[in-house]
Amino acid sequence: MAFQIRRLLYGDIPGGETGGGPANPQPAPDSSEWPLWEVFIRSRQGLDHKHVGSLHAADARMAVENARDVYTRRMEGVSIWVVESRHIHASQPEEAGPFYDPAADKAYRHPTFYDLPKEIDHM
Amino acid sequence: MIPRHLPPMEARHEYLLHLADNALVLGHRNSEWCGHGPELEQDIALTNLSLDLLGQARLLYQHAANGIGEGATEDTLAFLRDASDYRNLILLELPRGDWGLTILRQYLFSEFSLLQYQALQGSTDTQLAAIAAKAIPEVTYHRRWARDWVVRLGDGTEESHTRMESALATLQPHLGELFSPADFERTVTERGIGIDPSTLRSEWTLRVRQTLDEADLAVDLSSLATPSNHTGMDGKLGRHTEDLVRLLAEMQTLQRTYPGNEW
Repeated sequence: MAFQIRRLLYGDIPGGETGGGPANPQPAPDSSEWPLWEVFIRSRQGLDHKHVGSLHAADARMAVENARDVYTRRMEGVSIWVVESRHIHASQPEEAGPFYDPAADKAYRHPTFYDLPKEIDHM
Repeated sequence: MIPRHLPPMEARHEYLLHLADNALVLGHRNSEWCGHGPELEQDIALTNLSLDLLGQARLLYQHAANGIGEGATEDTLAFLRDASDYRNLILLELPRGDWGLTILRQYLFSEFSLLQYQALQGSTDTQLAAIAAKAIPEVTYHRRWARDWVVRLGDGTEESHTRMESALATLQPHLGELFSPADFERTVTERGIGIDPSTLRSEWTLRVRQTLDEADLAVDLSSLATPSNHTGMDGKLGRHTEDLVRLLAEMQTLQRTYPGNEW
């Protein structure tokens, strides 16, 4: 059995052109409806990809093209990621208490005691 | 008096109008899908593409209008010429048909248009060369997008395959016109302004055949009918179908009803 090991750099999509899920995705439950994809756009080199919305597409290539046409019409982006929505796992709203409340009173975790030079952006 | 800019006109102007009319007429046909696309995302994609074509047409009309003078503007050229003054290809004025026909026509023309603009980058008309250079990234994307859809539909379900075959049969008789040079094209080619479209044919055929093979669609591209010997129509000479007359009637109605109207 051969395992392919690939070094991933920041910004790379695992799986290259087939980004957005395993190589053999299961057929959508209702094949008359295209699956939903989440779209992430990098607005400039050096910035992170940000979630901008979702769309329908039959496969990853179509999803990237649709994202180009729907979300980058006004020069919003220089790079697009898409991922099928079913691959996103989210925290549950009912667990919000134990998940997030404990951070509320721990001011010492904030790096507010350092002075940053003005030239440093995007921190 | 309304300036009509009737031929005979200088070959260079006729050539610029030919290029502009191609972009405008195809852009208008595609824009008919706006709000009616099969999926929201494809509706937006095709509308974007239509606007790209409209943008190319505007630059070409403005350039032509500067040369023609006599009060010509991009608006008078687009809205006040009759069908017999239009120099666009018949292929581009045919009704939009179904999604398959619209996509296939866009693909076949994008392959041609890309080769044409690439050649026009070397035009001695520097403004035309600049317009071509600006259009190339747009057309490159149109080609990619339309090609994906041709393969997807041709090699898709039984119904999509049948529809693509039928679209191909409808469009095939009008492909010869792409490569038959009109007199004005011969003249601008001699002067280094334009290119003889017949020189693009072998590369176009190679690319289109590859795509259609991938799409599992069979067609004879080796013997294409020339305009005169097949249909009696010749878009480059202003001999158009009634479909163009109807298209222009709709597109021009506002300017013709309220001349000079602006908003």
